Amino acid sequence: MADTLNKDEYRGIWVFAEQRRGQFHNVTFELLGKARELAEPLKCEVSAVLVGNGIEAKAPELIAAGADRVYVVDNPKLEHFNDELYANVVADLAKQFKPEIILAGATAVGRAFLPRVSIQVNAGLTADCTAFELDMEQRNLLQIRPAFGGSLMAKIMTPERRPQMSTVRYKVFKAIPADASRKGEIVKPSIKADCFNARSEFLEFIQEVEATINIAEADVIVSGGRGMGSGDNFKLISDLARAIGGAVGASRAAVDSGWIKYSHQVGQTGKTVSPKLYIACGISGAVQHLAGMQSSDTIVAINKDPEAPIFGVAKYGIVGDLFQIVPALTERIKKG
Amino acid sequence: MKIVVCIKQVPDTTNIKIDPETGTLKRESAGTVMNPFDMYAVEEGLRIKEKMGGTVTVITMGPAMAKEMLKSTIGMGVDEAVLLSDRLLAGSDTWATSYALAKACEKAGYDIILFGKQAVDGDTAQVGPSTAQYLNIPSLTWVKKVREISDRDITVERMMEDGVDVVKSSLPVALTVVKEINEPRLESLKGKMRAKKYDPPIWTLADINGDPNMVGVKNSPTRVAKSWNAVREAGKAEMIDGPDAAAKADVLFSRLKGLGIIK
Repeated sequence: MADTLNKDEYRGIWVFAEQRRGQFHNVTFELLGKARELAEPLKCEVSAVLVGNGIEAKAPELIAAGADRVYVVDNPKLEHFNDELYANVVADLAKQFKPEIILAGATAVGRAFLPRVSIQVNAGLTADCTAFELDMEQRNLLQIRPAFGGSLMAKIMTPERRPQMSTVRYKVFKAIPADASRKGEIVKPSIKADCFNARSEFLEFIQEVEATINIAEADVIVSGGRGMGSGDNFKLISDLARAIGGAVGASRAAVDSGWIKYSHQVGQTGKTVSPKLYIACGISGAVQHLAGMQSSDTIVAINKDPEAPIFGVAKYGIVGDLFQIVPALTERIKKG
Repeated sequence: MKIVVCIKQVPDTTNIKIDPETGTLKRESAGTVMNPFDMYAVEEGLRIKEKMGGTVTVITMGPAMAKEMLKSTIGMGVDEAVLLSDRLLAGSDTWATSYALAKACEKAGYDIILFGKQAVDGDTAQVGPSTAQYLNIPSLTWVKKVREISDRDITVERMMEDGVDVVKSSLPVALTVVKEINEPRLESLKGKMRAKKYDPPIWTLADINGDPNMVGVKNSPTRVAKSWNAVREAGKAEMIDGPDAAAKADVLFSRLKGLGIIK
């Protein structure tokens, strides 16, 4: 175990500013919003950590979104996400500047490299948090997260080590409105040269052709399940999704039947989503599917079986033939 | 080539029942199974062995009851299946678990270490990359395809949110795999015969040269302060009815519009 550390040496909340190809992931702004809120009782500053290549010009956006300071590490080797390099750089910064809290999005990127940071800085990490509380006496961050596919909630803390680190689910916290007049400083710290040694290298990025909207980020998801009956019938789902401006999701049964690709799968062995609106068509609502979508704001279920468990989590239910109801809804939405 | 696959035993959610009162999972009703994602990791380990030669060793950390799961991997065709079990390990969080698994991998020897992308009970996805960091080797998460592999390096496709990253790494390396990577094989008859007689070796913390001050609930950085069942508001759906599909669609449309979801 680490020697007892002086927790008082650690101050400030850090947000990892995730960007891919120069575009910030929205969770970055949500986390800055939450960090500002936490900073008030903790009476500390909020810093963003921006890692990339030719990226410094993006720093003012982070200040406008709530950062008091932006640590910029700009290096050609950081052009593309690399688990080793991103972890080394963030860990080196954390050792130099000793933040009390580090937050990153619970994204493919955040969940890949933050565990490596937690080992390097000898501190704990809590995955996929959806709420935070503060124990002001000990300055402990109480990290609340679902486990077991959302059926169990746990409150986790890191009582003795610092920094306290979390990956955080997106679309849970609200960004604050961007304010270009906010003041903040941009710092370009020096990083140890050996942090830039990696044994893995990025070769290329392949855009997924048919996934026009990524389900993990979509505000609206229209999903089809076993009741769709065939891959061709998924056209009804994509028509509705297009009319409503949403993404296409699917249950495991539909994916396993080969009707649609795995990247659309919602549920325990697929993606966890929490859109504003989730429309489940011909999905009975197995526990594993519910685990991946039950935190959606509004759930609509369309199913011919009135006993289907999906109705148990829905706000609105329609019992009936999806082959009639889904096209009718598409038409109604097109009419406006 | 030495291939290690780290797997976990989890409650079987396919047999799980929902408590009708609270809408939560009745976990005590479930048996245990191999974490579903780990099946793909075992399968990929076997496929790499078939291509490159070598051995596949499965390691799980857990109680003695995990032996049955280990035997099922023998049935699938792995060479050895080890149980890492010690009461000192009980209550380890991901930080401490990764340390123990890293030490066990060192004892087993490795060129490639495979993990499922996450376990379906804790849902953290942290143990794979953390184990890699303890071993100071690269970690490539969310692997959906191994494109090329040689004695020196490996090229994989990773499933990111916006598409696929193609990444090359030298060996040794740790991979975490997603479901799309393969179709796991069933246990073969020959494998089952071997599994029947196979008694998984048990490694203790001392066997892997583990430091007792790095593991267990006491030395884990994170603590569970509290846990509770997430209660769903079950059975509150407004059921929309009407003479025909168009009428039902119309009502639903106005409800969604009323909530400001549809503009």
